[in-house]
Amino acid sequence: MMRRLATLLYRRPNLYLAMLLIPPLIWFGAIYLGSLLALLWQGFYTFDDFTMAVTPELTLANFAALLQPSNFDIILRTLGMAVAVSIASAVLAFPIAYYMARYTRGSTKAFFYIAVMMPMWASYIVKAYAWTLLLAKGGVAQWFVQQLNLEPLLQWLLGIPGVGGSTLSTSHLGRFMVFVYIWLPFMILPIQAALERLPPSLLHASADLGARPRQTFVQVILPLAVPGIAAGSIFTFSLTLGDFIVPQLVGPPGYFIGSMVYAQQGAIGNMPMAAAFTLVPIMLIAVYLTLVKRLGAFDAL
Amino acid sequence: MLGPSGSGKTTCLRLIAGFEQPSHGSIRIHGVEAAGLPPYQRDVNTVFQDYALFPHMNVRDNVAYGLKVKGVAKAQRHARAEEALGMVALAGYGERKPVQLSGGQRQRVALARALVNRPRVLLLDEPLGALDLKLREQMQGELKKLQRQLGITFIFVTHDQTEALSMSDRVAVFNRGRIEQVDTPRNLYMQPATPFVAEFVGTSNVLRGELAQHLVASPQPFSIRPEHIRLSASAIPGDVLQLSGVLHDIQYQGSTTRYELQLDNGQLLAVSQANSQWHADAAPWQPGQRLHAHWPREAMTALRETVLDEGR
Repeated sequence: MMRRLATLLYRRPNLYLAMLLIPPLIWFGAIYLGSLLALLWQGFYTFDDFTMAVTPELTLANFAALLQPSNFDIILRTLGMAVAVSIASAVLAFPIAYYMARYTRGSTKAFFYIAVMMPMWASYIVKAYAWTLLLAKGGVAQWFVQQLNLEPLLQWLLGIPGVGGSTLSTSHLGRFMVFVYIWLPFMILPIQAALERLPPSLLHASADLGARPRQTFVQVILPLAVPGIAAGSIFTFSLTLGDFIVPQLVGPPGYFIGSMVYAQQGAIGNMPMAAAFTLVPIMLIAVYLTLVKRLGAFDAL
Repeated sequence: MLGPSGSGKTTCLRLIAGFEQPSHGSIRIHGVEAAGLPPYQRDVNTVFQDYALFPHMNVRDNVAYGLKVKGVAKAQRHARAEEALGMVALAGYGERKPVQLSGGQRQRVALARALVNRPRVLLLDEPLGALDLKLREQMQGELKKLQRQLGITFIFVTHDQTEALSMSDRVAVFNRGRIEQVDTPRNLYMQPATPFVAEFVGTSNVLRGELAQHLVASPQPFSIRPEHIRLSASAIPGDVLQLSGVLHDIQYQGSTTRYELQLDNGQLLAVSQANSQWHADAAPWQPGQRLHAHWPREAMTALRETVLDEGR
């Protein structure tokens, strides 16, 4: 019986492929995409401010409301943070990834993999809470700054509008630091993978043709690492856009897109507005991916 | 530079290119000391075994890369890149990406990319290894022509002795990290210096010890090429060098037939005879038959045994 089935599948490779693919396709199509579409559909429903009731009357009012100054501020604040976090992560991740890919092997490489991924083993909420304590007034971060006599520098940083706040843990700067800390592994690993695939002979060829190390970096290493940086930035960018925990725990008051969705559907019960807000990161990421593709980041894949 | 894999020829090439630094000794390129200089300060260019073309650049930018990093103006470097592409019969391919080219074409781009810088020495690391036989033979001819035309020194690494013999003016035979002999292809083949060279370059019979003593009254080993040996059913009278043995195997190889004669001490003697007669009968001898092998004294080359000073 099993043998006959095996023979049948051997003769009909398409049937075999279909059997393999149908379960994940059902999961992805029906449960994943289906629920997402159902959610977005609710963005067209009407929410009555007085009765707090949702009625299935279709309207564009929710999407129009996104453009109101208060809501639009939330979008800009989130977008700015996502861009800043992605850039800072790329700058910090590159040297580590380069070192991992080119200078480590065997057990040293394993050590670096573990070191990069270990922070991801701990619960993300615990880490965010820990940071609120580290950054709080009288916390470890402040103590360090004091020991290094950099108090005036910190005060100056905290005084810059749009960056600072009263203390590190209630400043944009503190929130930015926590985001970079939490998402950095997602940037290191793709860059490391891209650099790992770079054949050493290309670097030799570049030097052989007369390029100094700096020229080799700009002309050969960086362009070939771009797909990795793009992949990593897709993680850091989209994860920051959708996050709703860090903005509540660290940084000044004010919603992020994620915390706004959370508030709308939880505390307020305005599911249509929450659904409308959900559309924003999806659109932003779609725009971002188009831009990255235009820049040719995926050509080398 | 000819030698089996692991004999040190590629390492030697990398030392000349500057990818590796010697622990001691010196490297002089046209008389100028180069040891300690990084690759980008040496007037040599390399054609890599895997071509090492930059995948994110088109063919023209690949070829013009050396000029670009030296600050040559765009118009001029494009003109020179186009000229170099013409030299390797790839004019008009400038806009393509390396992935759109066949192996042979990539090979030519790698060559153009190295030559466009007009280096004083061109290093080629088994550049034809990845090509199929027909293409390889064609490229061998083209490389030779190009070298004559440009007058640059080409240093060519290969493990293929036919390739080394047909392409080189001088061949260095590498074995276990040292050079056994540097000579013209003809001398290498006709007068190998050591048993290793005799056996690595072409096929050879190396006779040593008692056999050598018996034949030429000398303890030195000597080599005799299979094609210089004649076979006959009975012993030849007079002062000729001959050995007798039992015919062990016959291999028909088209233009030649190869016989293996098992000598009385057990050693196999390879004998090769040209099938130059179009009406020649099938092998005139049968395996198991006792035959006499003989050859003229001049066909023999005395060898010196290689002494390896491994302790260094």
